[in-house]
Amino acid sequence: MLHLLLVFSPLLGSAVAGLFGRLVGARAAQLVTVVAMGVSAVCAVLGLRYVGTEPFTVPVFTWAVVDGFQVEWALRVDSLSAVMMFVVAGISFLIHVYSMGYMAEDPGIPRFFSYLSFFTFAMLMLVTSDNLIQLYFGWEGVGVASYLLIGFWYTRASACAAAIKAFVVNRVGDFGLALGIATIYFVFDSVRFDDIFAAAPELAGSRIAVFGAEFDTLTLVALLLFVGAIGKSAQLPLHTWLPDAMEGPTPVSALIHAATMVTAGVFLVARFSPLFEYTPTALAVVTLIGAATAFFAASVGPAQNDIKRVIAYSTCSQLGYMFAAAGVGAYAVAIFHLFTHAFFKALLFLGAGSVIHALHHEQDLWRMGGLRRKMPVTYATMWIGTLALVGFPLTAGYFSKDAILEATWVSHHAFAGLAFWLLLVSAVLTAFYSGRLMFLAFHGTPRVPELAEHAHESPPVMTVPLLVLAVGALVAGYAGLSMIDPESGFWGAAILTRPDNEVLEAMHGVPALVKWSPTLAMIVGLALAWLFYVRAPELPERLAAAFRPVHRFLVRKWYFDEIYDALFVRPAFTLARALWRGVDLGLIDRFGPDGVAAATLAATRRVVRLQTGYLYHYAFAMLVGVVALVSWYLVVVRP
Amino acid sequence: MTGLVVGPAVPEAFLFLVATLLLGVGAFLPERRAAEVMTPVAVIVLLVTAMLVMAVGPGRAFAFGGHFVHDGFAAFLKVVALVVAAGAVLVAPGWFADERTARFEYPILALFSALGMLMMVSANSLLALYMAVELHSLPLYVMAAIKRDSLRASEAGLKYFVLGALASGLLLYGASLVYGFTGTLMFDELARAHAGAGAAPLPLGALVGLIFLVAGFAFKLAAVPFHMWTPDVYEGAPTPVVAFVAAAPKLAAVGLALRVLHEPFGAFADEWRQVIVLVALGSMILGAFAAIGQTNLKRLMAYSTIGHVGYAFVGLAAGTATGVQGVLVYMAIYAVMTLGTFACILMMRRQGRYVEAIDDLAGLSRTDPLMALALALLMFSLAGIPPLAGFFAKLYVFLAAVEAGLVWLAVVGVLTSVVGAFYYLRIVKLMYFDEPAEAFDRLRRPELQLVAAASAAFVALFLLWPTPLLSAAEAAARVLVGS
Repeated sequence: MLHLLLVFSPLLGSAVAGLFGRLVGARAAQLVTVVAMGVSAVCAVLGLRYVGTEPFTVPVFTWAVVDGFQVEWALRVDSLSAVMMFVVAGISFLIHVYSMGYMAEDPGIPRFFSYLSFFTFAMLMLVTSDNLIQLYFGWEGVGVASYLLIGFWYTRASACAAAIKAFVVNRVGDFGLALGIATIYFVFDSVRFDDIFAAAPELAGSRIAVFGAEFDTLTLVALLLFVGAIGKSAQLPLHTWLPDAMEGPTPVSALIHAATMVTAGVFLVARFSPLFEYTPTALAVVTLIGAATAFFAASVGPAQNDIKRVIAYSTCSQLGYMFAAAGVGAYAVAIFHLFTHAFFKALLFLGAGSVIHALHHEQDLWRMGGLRRKMPVTYATMWIGTLALVGFPLTAGYFSKDAILEATWVSHHAFAGLAFWLLLVSAVLTAFYSGRLMFLAFHGTPRVPELAEHAHESPPVMTVPLLVLAVGALVAGYAGLSMIDPESGFWGAAILTRPDNEVLEAMHGVPALVKWSPTLAMIVGLALAWLFYVRAPELPERLAAAFRPVHRFLVRKWYFDEIYDALFVRPAFTLARALWRGVDLGLIDRFGPDGVAAATLAATRRVVRLQTGYLYHYAFAMLVGVVALVSWYLVVVRP
Repeated sequence: MTGLVVGPAVPEAFLFLVATLLLGVGAFLPERRAAEVMTPVAVIVLLVTAMLVMAVGPGRAFAFGGHFVHDGFAAFLKVVALVVAAGAVLVAPGWFADERTARFEYPILALFSALGMLMMVSANSLLALYMAVELHSLPLYVMAAIKRDSLRASEAGLKYFVLGALASGLLLYGASLVYGFTGTLMFDELARAHAGAGAAPLPLGALVGLIFLVAGFAFKLAAVPFHMWTPDVYEGAPTPVVAFVAAAPKLAAVGLALRVLHEPFGAFADEWRQVIVLVALGSMILGAFAAIGQTNLKRLMAYSTIGHVGYAFVGLAAGTATGVQGVLVYMAIYAVMTLGTFACILMMRRQGRYVEAIDDLAGLSRTDPLMALALALLMFSLAGIPPLAGFFAKLYVFLAAVEAGLVWLAVVGVLTSVVGAFYYLRIVKLMYFDEPAEAFDRLRRPELQLVAAASAAFVALFLLWPTPLLSAAEAAARVLVGS
């Protein structure tokens, strides 16, 4: 009952706001969704008591039975889903509250809240799913919600383009996931998690033939699922949609494109740990992609000038950290970072939103500056978020990021060593771009005085969620420490680690230098940022001039968009245009509908002319008819 | 079987006597009063006759020295034809009153024509066949020309009569050929002569005679290439007359064709199938294509009739019990749809004048939503769109053709019905999506509304309760083809 209420009350709120929003008015629609979300959040907090207990499912109803294929709607409750529900429902509630302030002047309030609640429902469905079909439902549901919310301001061409981009890029990943689900059904003859996980050990090492080539069964399945994760979690090479997704309203960026939806890929890998554990190849790929993305995004971050894009690349990078951790077998650490990241990244986005709100939708860092006195609460909470992100001791990020680096250090998995160094460099870059953002936005003197003049602190409805999240960013790491304690039994049966996977245990025995390396990286990064943007502001210019090609490379985001544009988008458009003009208009329409219609009309005109109105023509036709029929018999049938 | 047994022909005898009596009564009543009284009386007489037909029962019985046969097949067609004829008579008087041509003879002519129809489906010899066809046709010629001061109506009546005479000639010539080469007029004897394995093939002369007979039926049914009269007569003749001509007589003619082809010539299905297939092909194609070019609603309905007869012939070409059942169901549904459509056409009066152009229906959904709904249902059904009755009608005949191995014919049928759908749907589009034309007069004619609503309800709800019609048609078909 608790969990049904938890999952379905956002749906109810969404339905009321979406279907009757016009009827009941913006105010009521907003209230209904926020209250429904509040109920869900309370349930999620209460639901935390199921952490570490025996997993169970809450059946809802049977969805489909086709011959031997059966799909249930059921909510799976175990430590993993309980943590995810807490994160999703809790943060979603805070963001609903925040949105009441942020969206106050928007004409589309019922629509916005309906989408937001629908997203939450779909995300809850995803994390509580008991089988792959239901998971796919949630997966696509959050995709749709993401699409709708990125394009929420649909009168802006850039928002529509970003929404389409997010949708199309996600399709690529979702196609991989769909193939993975199909393969799993083919191999395991079931889509239920319990059946799959139970059968996975027996299938380890088995081979499967696809198009004449042989693959390791579990590796193939795991990699296909991971393709889905890459798309949803914006990892290389499907990351391009996430920065563009910042076209959506900022609360959306905070909820969907930072705290929850983009972490679905990490959740998927953790959920399928019983499968990934048996396929080192797939784990190696996960590590490599994760670490590479972490480094790539962190390197691009410092070259961005849009406040939201900086944070977006930061999200991309942090997701890379999580995948790297999962890839070396430390799923618990990945989820731990997911948990802490949700707080401080949502906080950073909402803080950025507060700034944007204050500056009337100005997002360029170079047009800000000196805001710390105008908006003290935003300033303070954002610093807390930044410190948590860069891993300042005893904040949330300190515990989780340290754990990731330690895990990569001690792991014997492929690419673990490479991952450690990439992540360490990324940590320096993270601290640098985070510091840069804070210094540019809040410190120094206003670069555009007339903008800063009218800046004001946001209303309490926005700052209270900031404060709550700031508390979370401070304590979440310590509070969740038992997640990575192998003795605590926190995860129960939710995450499987094989007996020979001793990453969590070994993490306690790392050298001190490794243990303190993230902190060192943080200090270096922040110091550099201070030097560049407070102490000697002319330095960046000179550096950029000196290393022009490198700078351009970073500003252009490693040319991913340009390459994709030349490789996929343009050829697709060319092909589409050729098919449209050549095949559709030229062949199908010409000989199909248009041709048939023209031929029909021509035939009609000829037939109508037969009807002359003259009696003797008619009589003649009858006689010719009967003669023709008789002739047919005399000549053809009975010659 | 000799002697003048009348028993099974009691309904016909009743109809004949009453019609004759009414003719006398009408002559002595004041003219306007006679015209007013006669319509309801005729409707009642037709319905009573239908009840008498049902009272006679479905058992096979002969009368008039074996020239007349009554069986389940005849009973089915008689009842449907009488009910449809009653509907057509019922909708007539309003129009005649408006056009100042109300005459008491009209319903009585309809009664005589109906009598001819009954005789047609019960004909059991070539002689009876010819007499019945003439009895049903002659009143129709008169009815078509009943508006004597109208040039168009007179022209239509004259064309109908001359071409009808020609068709009668073909029919009679065919009958004489058959008689000449087989030596008998009676259907039973014809059937017996060629029954059993190793029986002699049909003499060539008799085969030519059969083709002439089919030509005669095809004229009555308006099948290509004997259809030429149809568009002109439909357009020129008074609308209520067209409503009568288009529905009930088609049932009788189909019954006649079915009986002749299956009883005396049942053994030669492979021979006559080819002519039926050719006629079906021509009718389906012409009906579909020619209708597209029409602007007059009645003329459009003429081509619609031609096309539908083509579809019915597809079932006839199958030559099986399911084929016969399909044809019977098809024609029954066709008759109802056509009658309903004409009831709607009779409501198209604008400022006291009747209009017939398709464009006059523009925007009807806004000026008269109920009529638009009824007409839209009928059009969808005529186009054969599921789940309406017209779809099932087509389904059964095509199914029968496929079972009989005539897949290609069914395919042609489906394709032409796609073409045909265009002009039916265009009417729906006009009514629902075009700018409204001036509204029609508010007619207080409950009989028109009743017939239109009943037809629309029939096509819409057929899906829910199809069994009575289907099983009755099946029983009728089994009488003819056996099991």
